[in-house]
Amino acid sequence: MDFSLNEVQLMLADSIEKFVSNDYSFEARQKYSDSASGYSKEVWTTFAELGWTAVPFSEDDGGFGGGPVDMMVVMERFGRGLIVEPYLANIVLAGGVLRRAASAHQKDAWMSPIIGGELQASLAFVEPQARYELADVATTARRDGDAWIINGDKGYVLNGGNAELLIVPARTGGQQRDVEGIGLFAIKTDAAGVSVRDYATIDGQRAAEISFRDVRVAGDDLLGTPGEGLATLEAAIADATLAVCAEAVGIMTVLTEKTIEYAKSRVQFGVPISSFQALQHRMVEMYTACEQSRSLLMWAAMRCADDDEKSAQAIHSLKYQIGVSGKRVGEEAVQIHGGMGVTWDLDVAHYFKRLTAITLMFGNADWHLDHLAG
Amino acid sequence: MNVTFSADDIAFRAEVRNYFENEFPADILEKQRDSIPLQPEDMIRWHKHIYEKGWGAPNWPTEYGGTGWNSVQKYLFADEQARASAPPFLPFGVSMVGPIIYTYGNEEQKKRFLPDILEFNTWWCQGYSEPGAGSDLASLKTRADRDGDHYVVNGTKTWTTLGQFADWIFCLVRTSSDVARRQEGISFLLIDMKQAGVSIKPIILLDGEHEVNEVHFDNVRVPVENLVGEEGKGWTYGKVLLQHERTGIAGVAGSKYRLQKLRANAGKSIKGAAPLSGDRNFMRKVAAAEVELKALEYTELRTLASVASGKAPGPESSILKIAGTELRQNIDALDVEAAAYYALPYVRAQYATDFPEDEYVGAHTETNSSLVYFNDRKVSIFGGSNEIQKNIIAKHVLGL
Repeated sequence: MDFSLNEVQLMLADSIEKFVSNDYSFEARQKYSDSASGYSKEVWTTFAELGWTAVPFSEDDGGFGGGPVDMMVVMERFGRGLIVEPYLANIVLAGGVLRRAASAHQKDAWMSPIIGGELQASLAFVEPQARYELADVATTARRDGDAWIINGDKGYVLNGGNAELLIVPARTGGQQRDVEGIGLFAIKTDAAGVSVRDYATIDGQRAAEISFRDVRVAGDDLLGTPGEGLATLEAAIADATLAVCAEAVGIMTVLTEKTIEYAKSRVQFGVPISSFQALQHRMVEMYTACEQSRSLLMWAAMRCADDDEKSAQAIHSLKYQIGVSGKRVGEEAVQIHGGMGVTWDLDVAHYFKRLTAITLMFGNADWHLDHLAG
Repeated sequence: MNVTFSADDIAFRAEVRNYFENEFPADILEKQRDSIPLQPEDMIRWHKHIYEKGWGAPNWPTEYGGTGWNSVQKYLFADEQARASAPPFLPFGVSMVGPIIYTYGNEEQKKRFLPDILEFNTWWCQGYSEPGAGSDLASLKTRADRDGDHYVVNGTKTWTTLGQFADWIFCLVRTSSDVARRQEGISFLLIDMKQAGVSIKPIILLDGEHEVNEVHFDNVRVPVENLVGEEGKGWTYGKVLLQHERTGIAGVAGSKYRLQKLRANAGKSIKGAAPLSGDRNFMRKVAAAEVELKALEYTELRTLASVASGKAPGPESSILKIAGTELRQNIDALDVEAAAYYALPYVRAQYATDFPEDEYVGAHTETNSSLVYFNDRKVSIFGGSNEIQKNIIAKHVLGL
């Protein structure tokens, strides 16, 4: 039994922490977020140079050979740094599908440039009507000779405005909510019939609503077997769920630390507000929520690393916990910061908004609890 | 990062499991499964049984007759004990006063008291709280005045668990009032209950059971050799003891098996009722409790791993008492909800093993669920209330 990180993980953690403290101030983050693309291309290149974009890919694929625990290490630090660069969209989501389902040729064409930081990509896993049900796919893929014709609408495509390549689930057969009959297609955003409506999200990131009208996709651009894409999609979403939960634990830790620090320095009625028991107990509850979430995160990362039958249950449990505790820690941090907590200028508000976004993606607390109820 | 156990640990767990399944008194396990309170003779019998096995003191070093187990072994033992529905150790001797005596006591005291604790020849109880000193323990008023080779003890201790069966009581008493801080001038004294001037009065708890007492000391003469450690340093020793008490109160292993049982029972039809597993609201609450449990389990394992690698328990250990007791009370409430009307009958005669099965009102666990719920209100109050625990975390962990 050992909860410590190995040497490689410690080095990875250390290099990200150094980058965040030396090169990624809150002011810089706001500037990148406000830019047209919503992130810094320079920073993204640095991520690729430092090998962080290679973490989850196998060594055969030119990756780092990292597992769920390594991903946890990376994302927790990204959370602490409130990173806006599109790591989730490129590496975890699009990369998560490609490394599982792409042929050698497809990997060369798309995955290698993603790892290299040269190609922007995303996974269009949301449809406007589907809420959290991955199998609810109304987008259709109709055969036309060797090619496919795609029609449909995708929502909340992370990094969608920057992406040159999209992985698009579309129905090759069956009814709208069937688990069978979902294909995964690689589509270039400059293809005829693709229109992209790019927008900012509340957490300082970018997403897009993307529609496909008679988009012609070559047969070679189907990933894996037609009609059997759901398992791959679910596996990539499970990776992403673990990843954002790790990010959330990083954010919750920062919010708790910042709240304690602020309470000690803020003087009212002639004393620091940290001397008030009503506030002390609330900060203890924030701390407890962080540590309990961290325990579940470690459990889930280890279960996913073993890839055993408990991993689905672990992901549901973790995301439920983050949904409940993340909301609580975020709201409390703002409350204890008082008037300052509700200003745009203070970083606390932006950590809170990112945490809120995380609680809403890949299933909210209720959705995951429902799966656990049995 | 991994939570795999070594081959030795796995063999150890199998040995413990075999003991509880095949050697431990089966009638005691059955009472435990039906939530029937154990009688004092039951408790003495099973403690002696486990002593004969050589496991009378899992937390003691071998030089005093303990098992010398490491933290992983202790964890596995407690987990198997709960898995079998075996009762937890009565803490007052083996977990509380024993470690104080071997840590701070003199050779004479170790020889005199430790073997009887280990064999359960003496029944100990705890004399900390007083009518005017609960969470604010340092305000205690029981006095011990020196008179030659004796202390003369006067005062009242309260909430003395199972004191009606006890032979000895360990007490925090005030030996000096002329002190700068209230925590000074308090001493740790061992007092024979069977002597003139000691009287005991029952306190009946809300579940109707006689579990705790008030103990009065009226000019009780205690030989000076019963003082543990230095006079006036009792507060320091007492605090150490409370830390032992708190980790036990979390009761993670017990909660784990109770929740498993709750989920299994939810799938069954009791007396023709529709199984509760069809009730989404109820099952969502069960699922939420299971997540809390898993978080707590891993917080406990993180603490264990930290101790096993030679480090002090990390700050995460301090939340175990609060989270553990909240979860216990949450499970108690779910058990009551599951029983519905049949949580209501209060037929004390049913708590005897020889009560005829066909005259039983409700099912065993159903009718006892409310009593457990009421009785367990205590767990967030004793050992330092959960509010006091938050004060401790605020001060010592968060530095507020």
